[in-house]
Amino acid sequence: MSDLTRLSAADLAEKLTAGEVSSVETTQAHLDRIADVDGAVHAFLQVSGEAALATAADVDARRAAGEELHALAGVPIAVKDVVVTKGLETTAGSKILQGWIPPYDATLVEKLKAAGLPILGKTNMDEFAMGSSTEHSAYGNTHNPWDLDRIPGGSGGGSAAAVAAYEAPLAIGTDTGGSIRQPAAVTGTVGVKPTYGGVSRYGLIALASSLDQAGPVTRTVLDSALLHELIGGHDPRDSTSIDEPLPALVAAARQGATADLTGVRVGVIRELQGEGYQPGVLARFEESLELLRGAGAQIVEVSCPHFTYALAAYYLILPAEASSNLAKFDGMRFGLRVVPEDNPTAERVMSATRGQGFGDEVKRRIILGTYALSAGYYDAYYGSAQKVRTLIQRDFTAAFEAADVLVSPTAPTTAFKLGEKLDDPLAMYLNDVATIPANLAGVPGLSLPSGLSDDGLPVGFQVLAPAKADDRLYRVGAALEALLENEWGGPLLLKAPELEVGR
Amino acid sequence: MSTLVDYDDAVARYDTVIGIEVHVELGTVTKMFDGAPAGFGEEPNTSVTPVSLGLPGSLPVVNGKAVEYAIRIGLALNCSIAETCRFARKNYFYPDVPKNFQTSQYDEPIAYEGWVDVELDDGSIFRVEIERAHMEEDAGKNTHIGGSDGRIHGAEYSLVDYNRAGIPLVEIVTKPITGAGARAPEVARAYVQTLRDLFRALEVSEARMERGNVRADVNVSIRPTPQSPLGTRTETKNVNSFRSVERAVRYEVSRQAGVLDDGIAIVQETRHWHEDTGTTAAGRVKSDAEDYRYFPEPDLVPIAPDRAWVEEIRASLPELPAARRRRLQGEWGYADAEMRDVVNAGAVELIETTIAAGASPAAARKWWMGELARTAKQQEVELAELPVTPTQIGQLQKLVDDGRINDKLARQVLEGVLAGEGDPETVLVARGLEVVSDDAPLLEAIDAALAAQPDIAEKIRSGNLGPVGAIIGAVMKATRGQADAGRVRELLLERIQG
Amino acid sequence: MSTLSRDEVARVAGLARIDLTPAELDRLAGELDVIVESVARVSEIATPDVPATSHPLPLTNVFRPDVLVEPVDRALVLASAPEHVDGKFAVPQILGEDA
Repeated sequence: MSDLTRLSAADLAEKLTAGEVSSVETTQAHLDRIADVDGAVHAFLQVSGEAALATAADVDARRAAGEELHALAGVPIAVKDVVVTKGLETTAGSKILQGWIPPYDATLVEKLKAAGLPILGKTNMDEFAMGSSTEHSAYGNTHNPWDLDRIPGGSGGGSAAAVAAYEAPLAIGTDTGGSIRQPAAVTGTVGVKPTYGGVSRYGLIALASSLDQAGPVTRTVLDSALLHELIGGHDPRDSTSIDEPLPALVAAARQGATADLTGVRVGVIRELQGEGYQPGVLARFEESLELLRGAGAQIVEVSCPHFTYALAAYYLILPAEASSNLAKFDGMRFGLRVVPEDNPTAERVMSATRGQGFGDEVKRRIILGTYALSAGYYDAYYGSAQKVRTLIQRDFTAAFEAADVLVSPTAPTTAFKLGEKLDDPLAMYLNDVATIPANLAGVPGLSLPSGLSDDGLPVGFQVLAPAKADDRLYRVGAALEALLENEWGGPLLLKAPELEVGR
Repeated sequence: MSTLVDYDDAVARYDTVIGIEVHVELGTVTKMFDGAPAGFGEEPNTSVTPVSLGLPGSLPVVNGKAVEYAIRIGLALNCSIAETCRFARKNYFYPDVPKNFQTSQYDEPIAYEGWVDVELDDGSIFRVEIERAHMEEDAGKNTHIGGSDGRIHGAEYSLVDYNRAGIPLVEIVTKPITGAGARAPEVARAYVQTLRDLFRALEVSEARMERGNVRADVNVSIRPTPQSPLGTRTETKNVNSFRSVERAVRYEVSRQAGVLDDGIAIVQETRHWHEDTGTTAAGRVKSDAEDYRYFPEPDLVPIAPDRAWVEEIRASLPELPAARRRRLQGEWGYADAEMRDVVNAGAVELIETTIAAGASPAAARKWWMGELARTAKQQEVELAELPVTPTQIGQLQKLVDDGRINDKLARQVLEGVLAGEGDPETVLVARGLEVVSDDAPLLEAIDAALAAQPDIAEKIRSGNLGPVGAIIGAVMKATRGQADAGRVRELLLERIQG
Repeated sequence: MSTLSRDEVARVAGLARIDLTPAELDRLAGELDVIVESVARVSEIATPDVPATSHPLPLTNVFRPDVLVEPVDRALVLASAPEHVDGKFAVPQILGEDA
């Protein structure tokens, strides 16, 4: 085990800048760690060691030549497999895309490459990001580093587990209904879903276009801010990208770390607690509120009455958009093609390919979405869901008049056992009840660890801010992180069991 | 199967209602939603980006120029321009549709409620009401390969080229066109022709039918009387020439009359036009064809054309073809029938430029509708495709007007120009065709001709001018046609009488 | 309002071009019926006076200049295609297409 893998990205960046370590050493240390533990964790679908080391060597050479580099240059990163990477197999966790080598890079990958971050590989996920446990991956389960028998959350379980298991200091996730924040909560890491439009979606394999956002997955709030500033900003290739500069996120995180929240109004969402929430989860939430109060924050209760309809609206909008977004996977131009016997027609090949190439959850949601959009049902389902979306946005608007940020537990429970909810889709969907409203309204959200529940597993604390005010997440998140670590005597992850080295 | 009813019989007993959907490919540099070239005739699958191929992760961004062109078309068709409108997804699986949905405007078109006046063959005007004009994207192209001749052994398959996928289209939909009666086929043809001319005048498309830049779908229904409720309609797809539009409507009227005469109901269906036989045939009935699951395109944001922008576009609209034609006809003094022929031959611009180059309107028309029209017909090309410019025709006519060549020589000069030998002046000199204007060689030739035909010479001298033609002909022959026949006659008469 | 029958699931799966085995059909019909019943509650509060929201942020008029970009490398695209011939994607025969 190398010390380099235990450092935060910010600390690594400092050492790299100071010339204390090289990017090649740092990257190699992480590749070694992956080799040691990923057999047990299975966070990665692809490890691109050679390319990562080549990038690292290039950064080291440029640094030696005195070139001005990005603050994170040379810090390795893992990328969720839903993000398109030129020349590196991209499957979105699906059999239907097995072997697909994209001919282009996502905008955020271009930014990572331009800034000189070695890409360690692609991380596991629920197929097409549909799921809350990563068990819907076509390539096997990812295991929670806190307890290998448990889920790492989902859909971005691979990115969260990679960061929690010190396989990468930074990772990219995507969040359509909680796929960054919920895995962060159950693995004791930090994850941020930026404001919709804050990070380009160009090159993210779309699940639900009006909900998807890419964001940082890290071990510290500051690291998330650093990564968010790198991948964020306007992209003319994404029509829904915000054409404004990002707020000062890193500065907000540094300000927050002073743990002074005097005058900040923190709104507790009445509807996102109580029934269905594990007692240990609620207890940690309350304790965090106390710490915030102690730091000068004013705690107020807000009501968002329509949030109870969020899950229902989400499970109409998402499947509807997904049914259309996933139509392109038909075996004609790329990926898997399944050919039934007897010189079949294109139509039959499409149906056979999709029948065999998609997993259960994907089929379930595509059929649900197709149904919701089909003739005669549109108004009752999709149309109504879009109205609920309006009501949820109004709830947020009203709540943000009373509070600067809103808070809730990130997920109602800690990590459950692999297989426990696999046969009960509705129970699985409930994991995202607290994270979904932010996606429906487009507002940013952050999850950070707030302690261990009675079962010894990590609990997440969610902070939500108004659209385009992502900086507030970082200020409040960094403050709470500092207060909690002060109590714990260090990061929560120090309490995680050491993984057995499998080499 | 019912028999066709003779067209005249059919329209005597049924009233025809038509509706036409015209798709025009916009002449933008790039596609509707990405920066791939929207060109024609590139190598397969080279005018594509991840967006036009529908690759995972790719996203569309609207081409602002295409929106401007759509607004131009909408304004020229006297439509209202939407305060706000958006794109929707039309979901259906087909290999030439890379995303398996077409991004199109559904319930919120950019332009709606307009009209256009269509001039019929007899010069009368028929007003066609426009329901809407909306933006969408084109599909790729399939080529079917049989099992025996293909590269994939023993298999029937298709090859798909996505170069055309994503080229911007504007679709213009008429309201039901009633009141055309027996002239419905002609109205349909004239309407499509009018739109084609409009697209060219607006400079939004090359609008070349033969390249598929303009494609028409023709809806036809018939009913017992103009007061009866609308009959069930059929939609005949991809009728891609003016003549075919007219024929397809005519055929459907005859066919539907036959079906109704047999007491059978018309099936609402898509039919395909077969150019070779001049018939339509039922397409495959798809069970889910109508369930396109439209919903607002979440990857694109609404379009709310700024009113000032719309007015700016309106102010920049060029003179539209109908008005322009009326103006030019007046200026040129052409009869109605003459002007119609010029328009139908696509010669308006050619003649205009020829006149600008110095020819009289009558002379310009004579060249383009005469000699050049015959040549174009022989070579089976459009007038504009002949290797001669209107300016060259103007130069040619000037040589005639200046008396340097006569009509016959002018045709020889034109032949040289068409053969690529250069401008008229160059051809004239190179071929040595200039009219012999010096009298001396002419007198010499006249004397020779008179000497060669003494009996004719005698007749003429005795006052019988009947056979002068024989002498003139001999002179012309001797001068290889380069003499001015009028001058030869003058000189001949002077010679005999003097 | 929701009862999603096995036949209805089969019809919708056909629309979505997904082959399902009889066992999958049975299972999905049961699961989807429960899910549809649960999500149908959206209509309880979706009254006519509430406008629909299709985009989280209210942007309009996002246009691209009509300027060429570099086309994608065809060789790379075709290398990942199931089958290609002469620079084109080879796909199984398309029903209803003219020969």
